[in-house]
Amino acid sequence: MSETTPATPLHTSIRSASREVVIGSDLPFCVIGERLNPTGRRIFQEQIKAGDLSAIERDVKAQVLGGADVLDVNMGVPLVDEAELLAKVITMVQGMTDLPICIDSSVVEALEAGLSVYQGRALVNSITAEDERLEQVLPLVKKYDAAVVALPNDVDEIPMEAEKRLELVEKIVRVATQEYGIAIEDIVIDPLAMPIGADQATGISTLATMRGIRETWGMNMTCGASNVSFGMPGRHELNGAWLAMAMTAGLSSAIMDARTPSVVAAVRAADLLLGHDEWGMAWISRHREMQRAAEEAAAQAPAGVS
Amino acid sequence: MTPEEVLRGLFDETLVGNGPRVLELTHEGLGLGMEPQTMLFEALIPSLEEVGARFERGDFFVPEMLIAGRAMAGAMEVLRPLLAETGVETIGKFLMGTVKGDVHDIGKNLVNIMLEGAGFEVIDLGVQVAPETFIAKIQEHQPDIVGFSAFLTTTMPMFKANINALQKAGMRDDVIVMVGGAPVTQEYADAVGADGYAADASGCVRRAKDLLATRRAKVPA
Repeated sequence: MSETTPATPLHTSIRSASREVVIGSDLPFCVIGERLNPTGRRIFQEQIKAGDLSAIERDVKAQVLGGADVLDVNMGVPLVDEAELLAKVITMVQGMTDLPICIDSSVVEALEAGLSVYQGRALVNSITAEDERLEQVLPLVKKYDAAVVALPNDVDEIPMEAEKRLELVEKIVRVATQEYGIAIEDIVIDPLAMPIGADQATGISTLATMRGIRETWGMNMTCGASNVSFGMPGRHELNGAWLAMAMTAGLSSAIMDARTPSVVAAVRAADLLLGHDEWGMAWISRHREMQRAAEEAAAQAPAGVS
Repeated sequence: MTPEEVLRGLFDETLVGNGPRVLELTHEGLGLGMEPQTMLFEALIPSLEEVGARFERGDFFVPEMLIAGRAMAGAMEVLRPLLAETGVETIGKFLMGTVKGDVHDIGKNLVNIMLEGAGFEVIDLGVQVAPETFIAKIQEHQPDIVGFSAFLTTTMPMFKANINALQKAGMRDDVIVMVGGAPVTQEYADAVGADGYAADASGCVRRAKDLLATRRAKVPA
C-alpha cells in the first residue's frame, strides 16, 4: 500500500429541513440506503405504475431501522413521467423521515423536478466526465446549492485503469470548480465499484483509484456497494468485506443495503477499527439496540416456539 | 480414448470451464476422425445449456458462466473453420451491441455466451454502437436477429432510434429486433416496436429460438 500522506479530508454537508449529515473520511461512515429504486424490482414497478406507493413507506421504515444516514431515491420506471413521480416521492419520503436524500436519476428533468421540491441540501446522483452531462447537471447543482456524486467514466468507456479514472476525476474537479463555481467539498466521487465476479482485477483497480483521490484531493467518495457482488453467492458477506476494505482506502459513504444487519455491521466495525468511533460507543449502542430488538421479537413469538 | 469418452469429456470439462482440457479433447476427437458437428451438437452445446440451466436455478454463478463460455469459445476457434467447410449451418446469426450513449456490457456479454452456447453465431459490436453502425453491420453480416442492449433509462430511447433507422433504410422486415438490459421491460419493448425481449440470458436464448422458428415457418425457404 502507498505511504503517501493523504490530503486533508474534506467535509460534505447535506441536509433535510431539520437534520444535517456530514460526510468525511475522518468521520463515521455515511450509509446511503439503496432500496428506493425500482430497477430490477418488477413488482415495485407494477405498483408504481398502478399508483400504489405503499411499498415506499415500508422501505423507508426498514432502512431507517437498519441504520441508514441518507436515503437514495431513484424512480426510473420505463414509460412513466419520471420527473413528476420523483418529485412526488421525494415530498412523500420527506414527510416520513428527517434523513437527507440523495436524488438519483439519469434524466436531467427529473433531477431538476426533485431538487425543486426538496427541503434542505440534497446530494445529486450523478454526473460523469461526459461534457454533455456536466453542462446539463452542474448548473442545477449550483442553482439549488446541492452536493453532487461524480463518476469517472466518459463517452467512450468505463476505464479499468486507476490512472485513467484519476484523469477523469481531475477533469470533473476542474470543470465543476472553475467553470461552474462548485466547491470541491461538494463533489463526491464514485470511483466505480464493478462486479468482482466478472473481473477479479477490478477490486484492486478501484481501491487504487480511491487511494489516488484521497492522496491528491482528500475528496469524499461513495460507491454502489452491492454492485461488487453481482452474480455471486454470499452477497452480504462480499459487500461487507468490500466496504471495510474500501474504507481503509478512503471510502467515506456508500449507496448500499441498509436493511441487512451484517452489511451495516461491517461499516460500523470498520468505523471503530479506523478510529472514527470514540470508545466504541456507537458500536456498543448498536449492540444494545439489536439485543433489545431480539428480546422484543422473542417476547412476541408464539408460545411453544423456541 | 473412444469417441464416447471424448464427448463425455468435452461435456464435463466445458461445464467446469477447463479451457485447456476442452481444447485438447477437441483435437483428440478430430484425431479419432470425429465430425466437428458431433462434438458441437452432442457435447459443447448441451454443456453450455446445462450451465445456463444451473445459472438460472441459482446453482451456478457469473464466473462459472464466463469460464464455461471461454472454454467453448476455445474449441470453436478450432471447429468453426471445419464446420464452415462441411457446410454445417449455425442455428442463426445474432448481431449484438450496446446502444449509443451507453458503455455498459457485462450483461450483454453474458447473453452472448449463452447465445453462442446455444449454437448461434454471435457478432458483437461492443458498446456505444450508433444507429448507422448497426445499419452498416446488418447490411454486411445479414443477421437473423439484432440485439440492442441498454443499461440506463436515458439510453433506452436509442432502441426506438435504432428501429426508426432500420425503417428508414427499408430493412425493418429483414431482421428480428430484440432488446434487453437492466431497466428494460416487456411493456417497454412492445412500446418501441421490438419483436422480442427477455429479462435474462437464458430467457433471451429461448425467445431468440422461438422468434426464429416463427419467422422461418412464415418464410418459405
